[in-house]
Amino acid sequence: MGTLPEPFAGWFAARGWRPRAHQLAMLEAAEAGQSALLVAPTGGGKTLAGFLPTLIGLHRAPHSGLHTIYVSPLKALAVDIARNLLTPIAEMDLGITVETRTGDTPANRRARQRAAPPQILLTTPESLALLLSLPDAGEMFAGLRCVVVDEVHALAGTKRGDQLALGLARLSALAPGMRRVGLSATVAHPEAMAAWISPDASAAPVRLVRETGGAAPALDVILPAGRLPWGGHMGLASMPEVYEKLKGAGVTIVFVNTRAQAELCFQALWRLNDDNLPIALHHGSLTIDQRRKVEAAMAAGRLRAVVATASLDLGIDWGAVDQVIQVAAPKGVARLLQRVGRANHRMDEASSAFLVPANRFEVVECRAAIQAVAAGEVDGDPPRPGGLDVLAQHILATACHAPFHPDDLYAEVTRAAPYAALTRRDFDDTLSFVENGGYALSAYERFRKLFRDSEGLVHPRNGHVVRQLRMNLGTIVDTPLLKVRLRGGPVLGEVEEWFASTLEPGDNFMFAGRLLRYERMEPMSVIVSPGGDGEPRVPAYGGSKMPLSTSLARRVRAILADPRQWRALPEPVQEWLRLQRHASELPSRDGLLVETFPRDGRWFLVAYCFEGRLAHQTLGMLLTRRMEHRGLGPMGFLATDYVVATWSAFPPGDMGDLFAEDLLGEELEEWMADSSMLRRSFRNIATIAGLLEKNHPGQEKSGRQMSMSSDLIYDVLRRHQPDHILLRATRAEAAAGLTDVGRIGTLLARIRGRITHRALDRVSPLAVPALIEEGREWVAGGAGDALLAEAEALVEEATEGAEHFTGMLGLDPTQPPPEPRPRQERRRRPPRYASRRLRQGVS
Amino acid sequence: MISAPFHLAGERLALDPAGVLFWPAQRLLAVADLHLEKGSHFAGRGQLVPPFDTRDTLARLAPLLRRYAPERIVFLGDSFHDGGGSARMQAADRAALLHLLAGREVTWVLGNHDPAAPDALPGEAVAELRLGPLVFRHEGVPGNAAGFELSGHFHPKASMPTRCGPVTRPCFLADARRVLLPAFGSYTGGLAITAPPIAALFPRGGRAFLLGRERLFSCAIGPMKHLALARPPLEATSAP
Repeated sequence: MGTLPEPFAGWFAARGWRPRAHQLAMLEAAEAGQSALLVAPTGGGKTLAGFLPTLIGLHRAPHSGLHTIYVSPLKALAVDIARNLLTPIAEMDLGITVETRTGDTPANRRARQRAAPPQILLTTPESLALLLSLPDAGEMFAGLRCVVVDEVHALAGTKRGDQLALGLARLSALAPGMRRVGLSATVAHPEAMAAWISPDASAAPVRLVRETGGAAPALDVILPAGRLPWGGHMGLASMPEVYEKLKGAGVTIVFVNTRAQAELCFQALWRLNDDNLPIALHHGSLTIDQRRKVEAAMAAGRLRAVVATASLDLGIDWGAVDQVIQVAAPKGVARLLQRVGRANHRMDEASSAFLVPANRFEVVECRAAIQAVAAGEVDGDPPRPGGLDVLAQHILATACHAPFHPDDLYAEVTRAAPYAALTRRDFDDTLSFVENGGYALSAYERFRKLFRDSEGLVHPRNGHVVRQLRMNLGTIVDTPLLKVRLRGGPVLGEVEEWFASTLEPGDNFMFAGRLLRYERMEPMSVIVSPGGDGEPRVPAYGGSKMPLSTSLARRVRAILADPRQWRALPEPVQEWLRLQRHASELPSRDGLLVETFPRDGRWFLVAYCFEGRLAHQTLGMLLTRRMEHRGLGPMGFLATDYVVATWSAFPPGDMGDLFAEDLLGEELEEWMADSSMLRRSFRNIATIAGLLEKNHPGQEKSGRQMSMSSDLIYDVLRRHQPDHILLRATRAEAAAGLTDVGRIGTLLARIRGRITHRALDRVSPLAVPALIEEGREWVAGGAGDALLAEAEALVEEATEGAEHFTGMLGLDPTQPPPEPRPRQERRRRPPRYASRRLRQGVS
Repeated sequence: MISAPFHLAGERLALDPAGVLFWPAQRLLAVADLHLEKGSHFAGRGQLVPPFDTRDTLARLAPLLRRYAPERIVFLGDSFHDGGGSARMQAADRAALLHLLAGREVTWVLGNHDPAAPDALPGEAVAELRLGPLVFRHEGVPGNAAGFELSGHFHPKASMPTRCGPVTRPCFLADARRVLLPAFGSYTGGLAITAPPIAALFPRGGRAFLLGRERLFSCAIGPMKHLALARPPLEATSAP
């Protein structure tokens, strides 16, 4: 091959394009009827490579009905791609029909699509799952030839990915001739990605097309002119330098790691914005309308900069982004590359990007990231096995489509890579959970959701079961959110319920780039007015930070351990490391450095593990439990991406014992039993599996419709059936993700016999950034009872038993505690002004 | 388990950290809001939550009956989650309940969830019970005309600020006129005591006793008159 057929060759030539090698390779795979995975950096014409075979196929052989389904993780991306496809179709006069179908598609168009489907349908995993649960899915998909999954790397290994993988297995059963095409950014495990997209869960039948070319991105570090901060993660000290970079370039995306950081950086930039540059804000808690407006302004070239979180990582091709600035350490190389690729979406030109470390440790981390990019190293774990909660939902959805035989469904499900290793026992237990709850007590025979006929086929019991499934389909379980509404005005976005619950009337906070005063609570919304006095707070959102990746951590350790590499670091950092070498020593490449020292009448222990915040949080829990068992009187701990630190009443001694591998035995079990993290996992799992109803946005909880608290269910189930399938799923999920138990296991094995303990008389230079970190955790002995006793005694003492004391009554501690208030500088200009200016710039 | 003494209308009452109230002079145990068979009620609506709630609730009640050996048990209403609840009980659970009640005088104060006497269970069902200076009813009546009152219905819970953030527990709430009992059932959520209907019962505040594993933790509650009308509760995990 090597050339395109007409009219495609002509169309390419007319635009001065030549088909790229990977586009031709994808075409070749299609001609051979093979599934394919294209791994290429952003901006490589990936989407066109995915669609070319379909366009050419449809041009050659007319096809009535659905020919190709395109699945994207983002609704907006599906809509955008549809628009981009219409151009070549119109210009070559191909007469191919293209439509989108998402949660936003109006009912009448959805009905029409079922009766007369387009040739190319662009959709999301959720909408596809819904289509597959319909009784007429068989007719709709029978002639399907190809399914294209975009941004595979963002889906594989997530619950949405699990759902899509099961959906693909379903599609293959309905349309045996269907090919699969995956489009992925550069990933560390392309074979695992190929297996993920494969029709039989192995990489073998999938043609792997890799595009490695393109210029290496030009990466540099920006440091603040003044003192390099010891701690903090916001990077606000460098905003003057960031602002200078904005002035010097056309269009910039300023990426940050959290929504709170986005608000703060946006404010900081506006305070500096003497040139009135149009700068906008983009994060996942703003209303969709507002985000679309910013995106449109960006695409139209009306903005000079956008401060954005991961909400801009994926999706729409902006075309004209000149530079990317990453504020605070990138935490992972793959994510950094994805973000850097946002600048100059043309593969042959080098993207230009700057890293803005927020503290000294992050300087080292940024250096490590630049090294990794230069070495072409990409981090990331292979996708984890699929969740049983998603499987439960899929089983019910399959029954809603048509009766099935359990043997057939088991065979089909194990052809999806996330479920390739699913045991028949887990499948059967999940099926019986869907049927009648799967409880040891057979109390729910007459409430069963599924029944089996004489041939062993499984059917849904009635229409109610089917409606319930359709209402609750999907794997995104949101934390309870409340709308933020301006009094007598529009909705600005959403904050988490626990944050709202900490507000008192008159409090002010920063949100959507404005300063707002809390007025009152209404059902489902927080009513605010503009302005306010005093120090504003910034809403924080749970789970928004990504932990340091394993391979980046390895590079950070290597830099610290090798003084020759320090020369690439700025002088203050070199000096800091030299001080550390003098006062204590530097962590080695593979061992573990533990420092202990007394301070304020307590004993501190700082362990330089470099395993990321999640793993360190778990490790902190486990360590303090063990210290409690050893009578060391632990009082608290903190976890950063780099270290875990504890403080206790007595000096810790035997490090081999504290960091022994059996830490993952008894202490882990004990902790898991009442960990709030597991409770949160259980809530999500129970919701996805269909045990709990989803909260439907806008639908108020009222009276009898109120749902039961998942905590109560969790406690009762643990006491009466600890091996129930949902508890098994909860433990598996926690071990794999939230708690990073795997990384702790690897760490403990690696450091056995290699622990260096330095007993110091004071804090070491390297420990300082950790100890000024905010967000410490305290050891709550006896799950809160000790705390209550202490609080009770304190109150009695302070009020001398007086009868009137109103503290913070009525708050709900099942929600995470508020993050500490980030410190605010004095504002030079009211933010309201800034955002009014911004709105003028945008609209 | 250390119970807290509390005096109402000159009678000495014991508040137990398990969430029940004992009146030694009458050898009477009061328990509120068991919501038995809530699990099977949800199952009937298509949510197959674990069916162990009734046996879990009764298993927690049994040691309390052994400990206090009451001659009389007063259930303060919403003993079953719905009218059909008593008929839906598993045979083993029914046997356990009968065993617990055997040889005692049983009073079922009727609640909004169980407006009629339970099926085939011993005891008398009443709208309210007056005994000496005290009146037992499901839902408390605001104001002073109501008598010295023991009630349930609202599933009170309260938060105490601690150095690790607030800790929330089900609680007793009491003043010189009344004691509001926490819900005892395993599937019962809570309503913050600052919620208007509870605040309306305690306009001048009172004392909250938060349930702990071994003992109660008490704290004084300031006047709540302003809350009785003000903002609605942020969140309630279950309908009272």
